[in-house]
Amino acid sequence: MTGNASDAFCVEDLTVAYRGVPAIWDVDVNIPEGVLLGVVGPNGAGKTTLLRAAIQLIPKAAGTVRFFGRPYEEALSQIAYVPQRGSVDWDFPTTVIDVVLMGLYGRLGWWRRPSDRERKSAWSALEQVGMQEYADRPINQLSGGQQQRTFLARALVQDARLYLMDEPFAAVDAVTERAIVQIMQELRAAGRTVIVVHHDLQAVRHYFDWLLLLNIEVVACGPTEAVFTEENLRKTYGGNLSTVEDSRRVERAPFP
Amino acid sequence: MTNAQVWRQIVLVLAILGFGFAVFLWLLQSSFQLRLDYTLRSVALGGALLGSLSAVLGSFAVLRQQSLLGDALAHAALPGVALGFLLSGRELSALLIGAAVSGWVGMQFIQTLVGTTRLKQDVALGIVLSAWFAAGIILLAYAQNRPDASQAGLDTFIFGQAAAIIEEDLWLMFSLSAVLLCVLLLLWHPLKAVTFDSPFAATIGLPVRLLRLVLTTMIVITIVMGLQLAGVILMVGLLIAPGVAARQWSYTLAQMALLAAGFGAFSGGMGASISALDADIPTGPTIIVVTFLLLLISISLAPERGLLWRWLRERKDRRAVLSQQLLRDMLRYALGHGGSTHATPNSFLVGIHGAATRTCLQSLKQDGLVERVRQTPEEHSWRLTQTGLAEAERGSFQRRMGA
Repeated sequence: MTGNASDAFCVEDLTVAYRGVPAIWDVDVNIPEGVLLGVVGPNGAGKTTLLRAAIQLIPKAAGTVRFFGRPYEEALSQIAYVPQRGSVDWDFPTTVIDVVLMGLYGRLGWWRRPSDRERKSAWSALEQVGMQEYADRPINQLSGGQQQRTFLARALVQDARLYLMDEPFAAVDAVTERAIVQIMQELRAAGRTVIVVHHDLQAVRHYFDWLLLLNIEVVACGPTEAVFTEENLRKTYGGNLSTVEDSRRVERAPFP
Repeated sequence: MTNAQVWRQIVLVLAILGFGFAVFLWLLQSSFQLRLDYTLRSVALGGALLGSLSAVLGSFAVLRQQSLLGDALAHAALPGVALGFLLSGRELSALLIGAAVSGWVGMQFIQTLVGTTRLKQDVALGIVLSAWFAAGIILLAYAQNRPDASQAGLDTFIFGQAAAIIEEDLWLMFSLSAVLLCVLLLLWHPLKAVTFDSPFAATIGLPVRLLRLVLTTMIVITIVMGLQLAGVILMVGLLIAPGVAARQWSYTLAQMALLAAGFGAFSGGMGASISALDADIPTGPTIIVVTFLLLLISISLAPERGLLWRWLRERKDRRAVLSQQLLRDMLRYALGHGGSTHATPNSFLVGIHGAATRTCLQSLKQDGLVERVRQTPEEHSWRLTQTGLAEAERGSFQRRMGA
């Protein structure tokens, strides 16, 4: 597969290993701009690893990653990353609006304080995720769903072309999940590219217009209708057929 | 509480600390007939300065969960102090440089151990802490044989001795602290981002490695400067306890750092002044006792996070639940016995809900929700009033919890 220069996210021969065992192996992916992509696969399939290696949070064993045809360092300002919410200490002394403002620290000079304009955009990002009334709360008072929304708002103020979200639906309630899905779809409608690591198969067909099925290696990648087949799922989830069949059953049920 | 209220509370605590320290100094002078001479003043000032600096940078160490690294660093500085003395005599800058180098080598050793072997960080810390400290004690014993050693007060580096701070030292401390403070203020936002979420900080283009290095270096310098005051063994207390105490009162990092500075200055200044009374009182332990008292007060009394506050809150919740249950049970009993105006025997309610029922019924009576009915001399009952009936039917348990 050769990438197109306009692809938002282009991975070639990417391999990452932990202590000699490959976490992802020889991954080739080209994601065009403007799609909402779900990265799906079983536990330990390397979904998070793919994301973290792409933005150089963990070292690659081999391979290249390009964003909008450019290396990561040059595309930094166009990428917004939403880490797993369990990755930070939520007892850190700071308020919700402060966390959101952190999204602007990269653009802000090192020693400039956030001005009114920055505060305004942080505020509207909080409004977008429905958290404006929590702006001045300390973050240790937030529920899991509110933590996730705060992280999302921090990425929204970055006003990026590409959003990378690591398990945004992990352990959040249904209301928050719907709110996050809506924001992802709004971003896509605005022409942004959104890549979401997602661990379970329920509703993926309704959430994402592109899918990357991953299990150490790429099983399939492309528009959802083409990729979401029983055969591909079987290949992705291996012999664990019950998982696949359960999810097919859930899939057949009408989505609320 | 709102953020503004928290700010007011912090200013209040700082004012109390300042006032307390002033009163303390005044008492110290009048009761001991002390000359508020140059020595006491520089000792108190130096103590307060080092205390606040350690507390501010220690807050970052606490938040990065590196408290024990600070402890290992402080212990690892001792051989450097002795070597510095052997090479150039009692020259504070030489002692501090020696301490910094030795601490830095110790830290590199820790990182190498963790990076190249399967040893975990706590093991590596323990090894370096004890080995460097042992080497320091041996070197110190050797250095003590030199004729000018006792005058240099080398042994004071173990438990700290503020009286050893002389005027020239004060200038060095002031200028170094000023530099550290400026760096901290200039890099405040990036340092905050790196401390809170360093992977994210990397993705917005902040130089995470460099910022971490700057922060660690500042912590090392602070520890080294604080050694003379608190000593290598207890330095870690001065580093982390004020930050932990300040965390109890604050919503934001700025509030935490400011209050920690206040706590650190208070305990540093107070410990230094007390120990200046008599050369036999070691400064480090005195400071740590004061810090620990502040920590104890903060953990028990601070609003929202304090133990007392939480206990009161839980009691209030329990009472709200109980009064709602009582109203509900009285309604059920009454309906089961003919009508909503039927009274419920006191013993029945106490039997179900226990001893707390009595006080709770009294307060419901004061609120006009129930009224007391005497039936026989030994036994009385309770009847729902009109408002109480409405309240019981609404069963608005959650509304009362919030009230």
